[in-house]
Amino acid sequence: MRSAKRPLPERVPLAAGRVINALHPVGVILWKDLLLELRSRDIVVSVALFGFLMAVVFNFALSVNPQFVNPLAPGILWVAFAFAGTLAMNRAFVREREQGGLEGLLLTPVSREAIFFGKAAVIFIIMLIVEAVLLPIFAAMLGFSAFSWQLVVVLVAATLGFAIVGTLFSAMAVQTRSREIMLPVLFFPVIIPVLIGAVEASGEAINGAPVGAFGRWVPLIAAFDVLFVVICPWVFSFVVEE
Amino acid sequence: MSGPNAGNAIVVSGLRKGYGDLPVLADLDLTVPWGELLVLFGANGAGKTTLLRVLSTQARADAGTVTVAGFDVRKQGRSVRRRVGVVGHQGFLYDDLTCRENLAFYGRLFGLSRLDRRVDDALERVGMKDRAGQRVRTLSHGMTKRVAIARAVLHGPDVLLLDEPEGGLDPESVEMLRELLERFTNDGKAVVMTTHNVERGREWAHRTAYLRGGKVVVEEREAAASGAGTPGGGTGD
Repeated sequence: MRSAKRPLPERVPLAAGRVINALHPVGVILWKDLLLELRSRDIVVSVALFGFLMAVVFNFALSVNPQFVNPLAPGILWVAFAFAGTLAMNRAFVREREQGGLEGLLLTPVSREAIFFGKAAVIFIIMLIVEAVLLPIFAAMLGFSAFSWQLVVVLVAATLGFAIVGTLFSAMAVQTRSREIMLPVLFFPVIIPVLIGAVEASGEAINGAPVGAFGRWVPLIAAFDVLFVVICPWVFSFVVEE
Repeated sequence: MSGPNAGNAIVVSGLRKGYGDLPVLADLDLTVPWGELLVLFGANGAGKTTLLRVLSTQARADAGTVTVAGFDVRKQGRSVRRRVGVVGHQGFLYDDLTCRENLAFYGRLFGLSRLDRRVDDALERVGMKDRAGQRVRTLSHGMTKRVAIARAVLHGPDVLLLDEPEGGLDPESVEMLRELLERFTNDGKAVVMTTHNVERGREWAHRTAYLRGGKVVVEEREAAASGAGTPGGGTGD
């Protein structure tokens, strides 16, 4: 073991000194996951298809009368988004698990929080894409107006909460044998305040209620978002440690 | 100790680690000097993989102190990870990314400069440069392992931790790995490797250690040991 035929390349200093910009790894993880999704399309296509089927089922099962659609539409919408979202979250972490990617990420000098926010950003974007596809379909089938800025605000705020909490519980669930069941069991009790706020605020937005009424629920969603953004990354660092 | 040049590459003292009620490592002591290739032997469940997982900060020790490249694995995990390369049972590679994209992804997370050149160098070292644009999904098991080795050495680690790295490799790839490890230790860096191939392990090693019941029960210096222990090859970052 002593004869060196070729010396190793000289060690190259790490870029940008010793400090990696906090946002840089988040962007790198996001780029990787979006590239993987672009190539496989397994999350967006399957989740959008699932949501579409739910829209069809609701449309026939409830025989929604145009007169009663507005009270029902927000609930139907968010049931579909919530279940489609759990599918997306589960799949995003199962892919990491199957290919050892999460362990690979944990072996890099990137902070656990950056890994968390990278994965949450991926889930957030994928859920927004799915919602953007499903919203016009639901609106067309149920006959309500989907185009209001209030609804967009609710979607973004509630989806952020979903993505943050979902990332934490997906990381927990993926380590268990019954991961498909564990995620909704863990996820829904915690996300209920956001879900209630989203349904109520969406109802106000669809009904064209004044901004004051609409504004009661969005701050609640935002408050829970902030709470989740503070707590979930911290808990994640313990969850991923063996 | 303040960096990789200080003292030994790895110092483990009184390490205990268990899963639930099952103890895996029990008061394990181990020291690996710079420039040494230590091969760990032991039956299945002896604690080899768990030891490597603790050294690489993948698992947290229940008790004891562990320093790698001069850094405490518990308190300075990120500094340890910056200086350690790991080849595990899984390749930590994404099937739908090409070899180059996989390495570039990890290189960016390590904040490496001149990334294209480093990726090329790493792939060339394992004889995979001509397949750089190929997706990992299309590679054989042995080729995937080679790319996993390239990923582990991409950031120029000071310590390599290899868990049965030669599994699934053809004789040519095994020879490539041997040469790579030889150059690595010649540069004064340290390697800890597990294997079930006793003959190969003893041939490659400067020192061998047998694990049983979560402890090192026998340590032997091997023929390749001449010249080992050269301190301070690593330069830190």
